[in-house]
Amino acid sequence: MAVLESKVPVGPIAEKWTTHKNTINLVNPANKRNIDVIVVGTGLAGSSAAATLGELGYNVKTFCYNDSPRRAHSIAAQGGINAAKNYQGDGDSNYRLFYDTVKGGDYRSREANVYRLAEVSSNIIDQCVAQGVPFAREYGGLLDNRSFGGVLVSRTFYAAGQTGQQLLLGAYSALNRQINRGKVVPFNRHEMLDLVVVDGKARGIIARNLVTGEIERHGAHAVVIASGGYGNVFFLSTNAMGSNVMAAWRTHRRGAYFANPCFTQIHPTCIPVSGEHQSKLTLMSESLRNDGRIWVPKKKEDAEAVRAGKLKGVNIPEEDRDYYLERRYPAFGNLVPRDVASRAAKERCDEGYGVNKTGQAVYLDFSAAFLRYGKVEALTSGNKDASEEEMIKLGKEVIRKKYGNLFDMYQNIADDNPYEVPMKIFPAVHYTMGGLWVDYNLQTTVPGCFAAGEANFSDHGANRLGASALMQGLADGYFVLPYTIGDYLADEIRTGEISTDTREFEEAEKSTRERIEKLMSGSGTHSVDYYHKKLGLIMWNKCGMSRNAEDLQKAMDEIAELRADFWKNVRVPGSADTKNQELEKAGRVADFLELGELFAKDALTRNESCGGHFREEYQTPEGEALRDDENFAFVSAWEYNENPRDARLHKEQLEFENIEVKTRSYK
Amino acid sequence: MKLTLKVWRQEGPDTKGKMVTYPLDGVDGDMSFLEMMDILNENLINKGEVPVEFDHDCREGICGSCNMMINGEPHGPAKMITTCQLHMRKFNDGDTITIEPWRAKAFPVIKDLIVDRSAFDRIQQAGGYISVNTSGNTQDANSIPIEKEKADEAFYAATCIGCGACVAACKNASAMLFTSAKISQYALLPQGEIEATDRVQAMVRQMDEEGFGNCTNTGACMVECPKGIKLENIARMNREYLKAETIA
Repeated sequence: MAVLESKVPVGPIAEKWTTHKNTINLVNPANKRNIDVIVVGTGLAGSSAAATLGELGYNVKTFCYNDSPRRAHSIAAQGGINAAKNYQGDGDSNYRLFYDTVKGGDYRSREANVYRLAEVSSNIIDQCVAQGVPFAREYGGLLDNRSFGGVLVSRTFYAAGQTGQQLLLGAYSALNRQINRGKVVPFNRHEMLDLVVVDGKARGIIARNLVTGEIERHGAHAVVIASGGYGNVFFLSTNAMGSNVMAAWRTHRRGAYFANPCFTQIHPTCIPVSGEHQSKLTLMSESLRNDGRIWVPKKKEDAEAVRAGKLKGVNIPEEDRDYYLERRYPAFGNLVPRDVASRAAKERCDEGYGVNKTGQAVYLDFSAAFLRYGKVEALTSGNKDASEEEMIKLGKEVIRKKYGNLFDMYQNIADDNPYEVPMKIFPAVHYTMGGLWVDYNLQTTVPGCFAAGEANFSDHGANRLGASALMQGLADGYFVLPYTIGDYLADEIRTGEISTDTREFEEAEKSTRERIEKLMSGSGTHSVDYYHKKLGLIMWNKCGMSRNAEDLQKAMDEIAELRADFWKNVRVPGSADTKNQELEKAGRVADFLELGELFAKDALTRNESCGGHFREEYQTPEGEALRDDENFAFVSAWEYNENPRDARLHKEQLEFENIEVKTRSYK
Repeated sequence: MKLTLKVWRQEGPDTKGKMVTYPLDGVDGDMSFLEMMDILNENLINKGEVPVEFDHDCREGICGSCNMMINGEPHGPAKMITTCQLHMRKFNDGDTITIEPWRAKAFPVIKDLIVDRSAFDRIQQAGGYISVNTSGNTQDANSIPIEKEKADEAFYAATCIGCGACVAACKNASAMLFTSAKISQYALLPQGEIEATDRVQAMVRQMDEEGFGNCTNTGACMVECPKGIKLENIARMNREYLKAETIA
């Protein structure tokens, strides 16, 4: 059994990272040439890690299921990336970014990791700008900032609504530079199917070439899992369709503990579900909440009339609108954190105030912003007597410049013009804070196996604030892992090349082949999607925005039953030795069917409400989350034990020495 | 809606492909084009047939994976969007829709509608980056002020999603819109200027080696580009290339 040793360095929090870097082992440049590292996943964390490891001199192989690293789902992040630069002079500092992140995570993250994240955040911006990432700028030529949910300063750097795209393309360009130098060898359209462990250490992976179906062995001195999150366990989510848990889950099956699987972020501003055909959900950037006001009708009969198509939102007078976030949380208003905003929307819809056909939507209204910006625009352009109509027109142009692409996207999907009528939004599964348990070095409980970005559990606690995922992905990849992996690899300089002709590789390849054959051999009746959708519904209804013990127990039973049925009755057409997307999906859904049950078990164990985990039994009289710090200030780390319901719980107690643990209030 | 789909089926790179006709019923206007394809595939699986393979991932118009020639147009009839953002409300009941993969020598077919676009990666790898170490020991970001107009222009060039619609739309299967977008991004930024000469030469060389054709200023690439990447980028690339060759 592995020991949960966080390896957090001693000393004052602001000096821990520097001290650690000064004292951990280094690998001599000449020896780095003899060391191989595998990086699975090439999103922000994987690409930046692979590029930096290659640059340091290690021999790197990258693996991604897409045809190019440039398509990793990091590319879809819209809003921005945080950094404690204090360029705006509004009082930001490393400590404040640290504080906001720990508080935002509802005191369920590791202090030292979060402080390090805040500390390197400024470096990320410098690095990206040096690489030519075209961030938004002010007229003076300096970088522009905006504000995001859960904070009171402007620390978010952005590139229109395409920040993730620009950051990923930046990391991809750094990766390309190393590929050109021969230091990184890319294996695109490849999928990791197993981790190979030799004498207790990660020594390579089994991968499938998705074009030819060939099963390949790849050896290395260390393996980095940067394969993203598992939000697709819900089927409907804002994740890319291919995003899956396979690499992390197979690593878990080989001994790596899986931490906090039930911590999921539900994002408050997604385009509502339109029908049963829906394959995924589309996010509207959180940055819209800077200017949009969220409301539902005050009167139930108005809401009913809207749903019946007899009344339009724009025709409801100001006094009959309930700006429920501003009402409940005056200090943060529309900019409360995502979990708070999501639950508040659900609460109003559950009470019968929803504003679309299904009753599962609230308004996101920009009319006040049109007028506010228009007024300024009219005055600064010398038009002192502008009519309200003229001002609104001018204001719309300002909004078009800020969020035009998002408005176009909304119109295209929802078939509604958000310049004329308020947008409709509803919460959707977005990001998973849980993941492989890692220590301060980002090493999992399997020595030599590291996890970075969304694939690990660290930094965000029970909730993720906006603009912090991009920050963690790049911090891990550019600035943390390349240092900390050296501490492990320093002991590997005499190991020599890792042979793949060993019993362990053979066994791993054999079990991989058997799993594929089992999936292909079934003469079943149902498609893979049939099972995935069923699992998604169980997850959303019983492990979604709010949970209770009874439903969670039911979910576990239903998932176990569904899993058994899947292995009996799934139908995977085609053959295993060619491109076969149904087989790829089947392998992933099989893993989701295991993870889903562990997810429910984790949620059942945590008898408290915190961040993205809301247990109906534990709430204040006002309906806010009721945390239990005495009994649940720990990271739950699950040890694999065949059946998910038999997984063993290990606890990493969280210590808060630099921040006073308080009830999280945004009032 | 009831539709008739004519879909390109090809088992592998070395096998001959053919158009296959599939009738499809129960299509809703709110579905995206790819969701419509999901239904086709679900029907095929239920009938014991092999579903149609197509590249897709984010389904929100940004990853650049999806690539279908729909009625002869890359990403279909609507402008400025990708196939995944195309909704069936753009079609009529009873329509016949022809669906094919990107057509270009440099994009060989892998299976059905999936083509190999790795030539794009190799063009980038030839020099589509700024040679700066990823050590974090860079200067403060605000010590490199950049004119807002220039930064915006670099950003617009950088929004290319690398889907390959430009190549598919071009009668010469030219990759110049894609390549020029990358070259423009860096040519416009002070950080990228130093290597501009080498970059444009290396990327253009690679582009030619991959078997893409040349630009003859037809402009079909720009018309079909889902991100509105402009022809001006090609002009800038040509200027940069000419300058580089003259200096060399």
